[in-house]
Amino acid sequence: MTELTATPAASLTWKERARRIDPRYLIAFLITLVLVLAQLRYHIVGGYERLAVALLACTATEALLSWFDRGKVVNLQSAYISGLSLTLLEKPQGAALWPIALGGWLAISSKYVLRYRESHLWNPTNFAIVTLLLVAPEHISVLSHQWGNDLATNLVIWVFGLVIASRVRVLHITLTYVAAFFALNTVRSLMLGQPILPEIAPITGPMYQLFVFFMITDPRTVVRGRRPQMIVAVIIALVEAMIRFASDQAWPLPTAFNAAPPLVALWLVGPVAKWIDLYRAGPRKPVPVPFPEAQATPPLPARGSSPVASGAR
Amino acid sequence: MIAVPFVAAIGLAFRLNSGPIRAPADAANPGFVLHDATKAAGITFVHHRPSFDSKITNVEPHVAALGASVSVTDFDGDGLPDLYFTNSRFGEPNALYRNKGDGTFEDVAASAGVADLNRPGEGVSMGGVWGDFDNDGREDLLVYRYGYLALLKNVDGKRFEDVTQTAGLRRWVNSNGAIWFDYDRDGLLDLYVTAYFRSDIDLWRLTTTRIMHNSFEYADNGGKNLLFHNVGGGKFEDVTDKLGVGSTRWTLAAASADFDEDGWPDLYLANDYGPEELFLNDHGKRFVLVKAGLSSESKSGMSVALGDAFNRGRLDAFVTNISERGYLFQNNNLRLNRLVDAKRFVNVAEGAVADAGWAWGAQFGDLNNDGMNELFVANGFISADSTTSYWYAMSKIAGANGRFFEDAASWPAFGNASLSGYERSRVYLNRGVAGWSDVAERVGATDTYDGRAVAFADLENRGAIDVIVANQNQPATLYRTTPDSANHWVEFHLVGTRSNRSAIGAEVVVESGDLKQRRIVDGGMGFASQNDRRLHFGLGRREWIDRVVIHWPSGTEQVLRHPLIDRLVTVTEPAG
Repeated sequence: MTELTATPAASLTWKERARRIDPRYLIAFLITLVLVLAQLRYHIVGGYERLAVALLACTATEALLSWFDRGKVVNLQSAYISGLSLTLLEKPQGAALWPIALGGWLAISSKYVLRYRESHLWNPTNFAIVTLLLVAPEHISVLSHQWGNDLATNLVIWVFGLVIASRVRVLHITLTYVAAFFALNTVRSLMLGQPILPEIAPITGPMYQLFVFFMITDPRTVVRGRRPQMIVAVIIALVEAMIRFASDQAWPLPTAFNAAPPLVALWLVGPVAKWIDLYRAGPRKPVPVPFPEAQATPPLPARGSSPVASGAR
Repeated sequence: MIAVPFVAAIGLAFRLNSGPIRAPADAANPGFVLHDATKAAGITFVHHRPSFDSKITNVEPHVAALGASVSVTDFDGDGLPDLYFTNSRFGEPNALYRNKGDGTFEDVAASAGVADLNRPGEGVSMGGVWGDFDNDGREDLLVYRYGYLALLKNVDGKRFEDVTQTAGLRRWVNSNGAIWFDYDRDGLLDLYVTAYFRSDIDLWRLTTTRIMHNSFEYADNGGKNLLFHNVGGGKFEDVTDKLGVGSTRWTLAAASADFDEDGWPDLYLANDYGPEELFLNDHGKRFVLVKAGLSSESKSGMSVALGDAFNRGRLDAFVTNISERGYLFQNNNLRLNRLVDAKRFVNVAEGAVADAGWAWGAQFGDLNNDGMNELFVANGFISADSTTSYWYAMSKIAGANGRFFEDAASWPAFGNASLSGYERSRVYLNRGVAGWSDVAERVGATDTYDGRAVAFADLENRGAIDVIVANQNQPATLYRTTPDSANHWVEFHLVGTRSNRSAIGAEVVVESGDLKQRRIVDGGMGFASQNDRRLHFGLGRREWIDRVVIHWPSGTEQVLRHPLIDRLVTVTEPAG
C-alpha cells in the first residue's frame, strides 16, 4: 500500500489515477448516481424536504457524536451515504418527516452505541430501517417506488454497481449473495410447488439493488476474509429464504419480515457474524490506513480484505 | 452516555407509531352524525363480482375487483334524487331505486329496462352516468362495461330505450369510468369514456394472458380512452384522436371542470399505475396535456373528486391512492388548484387525509353544513380470508421488470387471500388550516365493506347531504346524515337552456361574508359515481348570502343577489 504515495501524481496514467481514487468516493458517487437517476426519471424522493432532513440528520448526528466520542469531527462521507440510502429506502406515511429524522439519528448513533471491540456491528442504514419497521410499522414502509419496473434503469445501476463493487473489492460478496438468492429461492419454490419466476423476480427490484451494492457489502460491517464474507452472504440469503418460506406459509410474522426479508436477514445475521469475527480476532491493534483521506475514521481490523477504511452506511 | 438518547429514539418511534403525542384539537363534536339507513330505506342491492376466462383464475380476485358503482339522478322528474347501482356478474341485475319521498326506495330497474345489462357477449356493468344528451328534459343513462357501451334513452320517465347502435356508441371498451361534459360548449353533452384493460381484450375469451399493466408506476399499455362528440340528432362521433385525449394509461376515473378559468371545461384523469393527467381545453378545438405539477410523482390514482377544499373559490382535486403499513405509502393527493396564479396544482395532503388505506371513491361535501367541505373516502380492496394477505406475494412481483408481470400467468395465485381487506371508511372533518381529522367512527361510519363508489345526495330535500356507497361484491350502504341543526344551507337546481339542459359543467360560487365556495354540477366524479345534480352549500351560522355567481357551460355568467336560504332554489339559465 505504500506505493500510493511514492509515485508523483503528474506521471500517473488516467487508469492509475482512477485506481487511486478512494473507494468511498466511488460508493458515494454510485449512490448519488442512483438517487439522481431515480429522481430525474421516477421522482422517487417524494419531496426534497425528505432528502434534506435525512442528510441533515445523518451528518449532524455524525458530527455531534464523533466530536463527543473522539473529540473531533470525522469525515462525513459515510453519513452522506447513509442519508442518501435512507432517502431511497425508507418511505414514511403521508408527509411525515419524523421517521426520516429518527432514522438518521438511529443509523448514525448505532455506530457509536452498538459496538464491540471498537467496531460497530450493524450496517447503520439497515439497522435504522429494520428497527423502525419493527417498532413503527404504521408509519414506515420500504421503497414504495419501483422505479418504473424498467430494465434499462436496472441495467445502468447494475453496470455501475458491478464496476464499482469490483473496484472496491466486494464484488465477490454481491455475486455470492445473488447466486445464493437464485439457488435458495429456486429450491423454495420447488419445495412449495410454486412457479419459480415470481420467487426470483424480486432480485430485479430497486430494493435489492441497493441491498446488494450498498448494504451487504458495507466494508465496515462485513467480516474479514474473502471466504468468510462469502459464507456470511450465503447465510444471509439462507435466512432470507427461511423468512420467505415462513411468509409463504402465512406464519404470523411482524410486518418487517414480510415486507423486507433481505433487510431483516442482514439485520439478524450481520451483527452476529461481525461479533464472532471480532471475537476471534482478539483485542484490536492499530493498523495503517490505506487511504490518507480515510484517517478521520477508525481504521479497519488488521486482517480486513477490503481496502476501504470507512464505508459505514 | 449516547446510549440513552439512542434508546429514547427507539422508544419515541414506538410511541409515535400509535399516534401523535398531542392529539389534534379536533372534533369532539364534528357537527354531524351518519346513520346506516340502508335497511330502513329498502335498499337491498348486493353487488356481485364477475368471473372471467379460466386462464386468469390465479388473478381473478384482482381483475374482478371492480364494478360496484352508484350514480344519482332524478330519472322520473319528481324532484327527488333516485339511485342507480350496477352489478357485474352475468345474469345479476342492475338496480334503479326510485325515491318514494318518504325515506324509502323501490327498485324499478326491471320495468324501466335498465336492469338486464350483464349478459354474455355484451359484458358486465362497471358503472353508469346520467345526462340529458338530447335535451328533452329527461335524464338518459350511459352504462359503461367490461364490454359494449350502452346508451339508454329515457323515454318518458318510466322506461328506457337502448339507442347505443343508432347513437354510434356500440364500442367494446373495458371501462371503469365515463363522464358527460360539453367540451365544445355547443349545448349538447359529449361523452368521455375511460378504458382500463385494452379494448381488444375480451376477458371471457382470452387469446393471451399478457393483459396486465407493464409497470406499477408508469404503465402505458392500458385501453385507449375515448371522446365522443355529440353531433345532435342522437348521434355521436369519435373525436378522440382529433382532440388528443386518447390516453392509454390505466385510467380509473375522470372529472371535468374549468380548472384554469378560461371558460372551457378541462379533463382531469386519475390513472392506476401511473401519474395523473390534466388535459386543458383549447377552445373546444383540442386538448393539451400539461404537467401542472402532476407528473412529478406516480401513484395509483383510484378516483378524482373535485371540491373547494379551503374555500378559495376554486375547485381542487382529491385523488385517492394506496397505502399499506410496511409495504407501501403512496399517500392520497389533495391538490390545490393554483393553475391561474402558478400554473400548477400543489399537493398539500398530509397526516390523516394522506393515508386512507387502499382508498377508492371519495367525495367532497359539507356534511355538517358549517361552510367547509368534508371528505368521505371508501376503501378496502379485497376482503377474503382475513388471516392471509396477498401483500407479501404482491411485493415479490412489484419490483420486477414490467414484461414479467404484464403476463397475468406470472402472478402468484391469489387463492382466498385478502388484499387490504376489511378496511373501514374514512370521514375527514375539515378543520381548515388545522388539517383534516378522521371522525368516521365518531360519526357512525363503521362499515368495513370493500367500498368503491361514493355519491352524495340530499335524498329527502331536507338540507343534508346523505352518503351512498357501492361496495364490491357486498351490499350497498346508505348513510343518512344529520347535520348540526343550527347551521344554515342552500341548494341550487340548475336548468340549462343555452347550455345542456342538465347544466352539467355549471360552476356555482356562493359568497356569504367570509365564505366563498365553488361547486360544480358533475357529469360523473369520484370513482364510478355521480353526485346529485343539485348543488348543496352549508352556510354555518351565516343567515344570508351576499351573492351567487353561476358560470353556465355556455359561457353565460349569472349573478343572484341575496337568495333565500335553507331551501332548494331552482335557477334557469337566462335565455340571451
